Amino acid sequence: MSGERNQFEETVKLTDKQRKARRSRSVAIAIGLAILVVIFYVATIAKFGPSLLSRPL
Amino acid sequence: MSMVEQTATLVPEVGPEVGLSEATAGDFIALLKPRVMSLVVFTAFVGLMAAPVPFDPLFAAIAILSIAIGAGASGALNMWYDADIDRLMSRTARRPVPAGRMLPGEALGFGLVLSFLSVMTLGLLVNWLAGGLLAFTIFFYAVIYTMWLKRWTPQNIVIGGAAGAFPPVVGWAAATGSVSLESIILFSIIFLWTPPHFWALALFKSGDYGRAGIPMMPNVAGEASTRLQIFIYTLIVAPIGILPWVLGYASAGYGIVATALGAGFIYYAWGVFRMAPADRVMLPAKRMFGFSLLYLFGIFAAYLADSLVARFLAAGIF
Repeated sequence: MSGERNQFEETVKLTDKQRKARRSRSVAIAIGLAILVVIFYVATIAKFGPSLLSRPL
Repeated sequence: MSMVEQTATLVPEVGPEVGLSEATAGDFIALLKPRVMSLVVFTAFVGLMAAPVPFDPLFAAIAILSIAIGAGASGALNMWYDADIDRLMSRTARRPVPAGRMLPGEALGFGLVLSFLSVMTLGLLVNWLAGGLLAFTIFFYAVIYTMWLKRWTPQNIVIGGAAGAFPPVVGWAAATGSVSLESIILFSIIFLWTPPHFWALALFKSGDYGRAGIPMMPNVAGEASTRLQIFIYTLIVAPIGILPWVLGYASAGYGIVATALGAGFIYYAWGVFRMAPADRVMLPAKRMFGFSLLYLFGIFAAYLADSLVARFLAAGIF
């Protein structure tokens, strides 16, 4: 029964509109995450300065 | 029946049930209410620039971005909760959720994630007073205004207007780490400007609000009472707009601009007050609605210009 259900879920086909919408959302999420990473990276460097790199390892 | 045949017959039936979204990135951007966001960004920027502290462009940009995303998040939460009434009004029926392009859960999830991200970013990278104020603003708009006041009382936008009035306070707090009388005056200007601005809109869109069952002032107290209240609010907001000059926070240049804009606002409100009850075109209300946007933009632009000149003078540039 569960095998049948998996088979059934895997066969859901996206329409062209759904596929385009998903791609558009994926690109937007990627851009959003990249911006967030850059903001936190730059802000961390700016906030703590070069001392951030000279900590004991 | 083979598995292939079974699949072929089942797929078309389950497509909509499993909730496959057709919402594009553009639909999610629409959830952020970009036009409202632009006003939020502008007023927050003025609060940030007017603060008497050294300007840090990086953290100012992070603060403004966080405030913008926070404002957008509250817009998304509003569209999630209000989808049932949005589909009844011509102005809002094409929004992603009521139009059926997006599932309600998507809007809710998007709003919650952005709320969390914006508050944490502002708190961690700028300061926690600003982060806390932003969190309160989102809560106030999404819960106090949208879920409670909007469908309950004709004073909905009077009290709910506080949510739109907070951005300059958040901007000021982001720059200084405190809340001062100057930022409270900026708050008061937007807070008192909101009722006449929205009631002018509600006058010529009262059919929309009535269909949706929202107790806006014209539907509850009547048009005559609304026109009077609009006029009274403009009589209050116009002097408050001049207060930064009176208290010495801004120059006479700002005072002149604020006085002229205040006089214009009262003039247009007088036109609405004198509007004939039989007037269904409501041109004076439409004109006043347009001028109210110009008023708020003009007041804050003048305050920003004044702050920039003061900064340049202090830096010896002029």
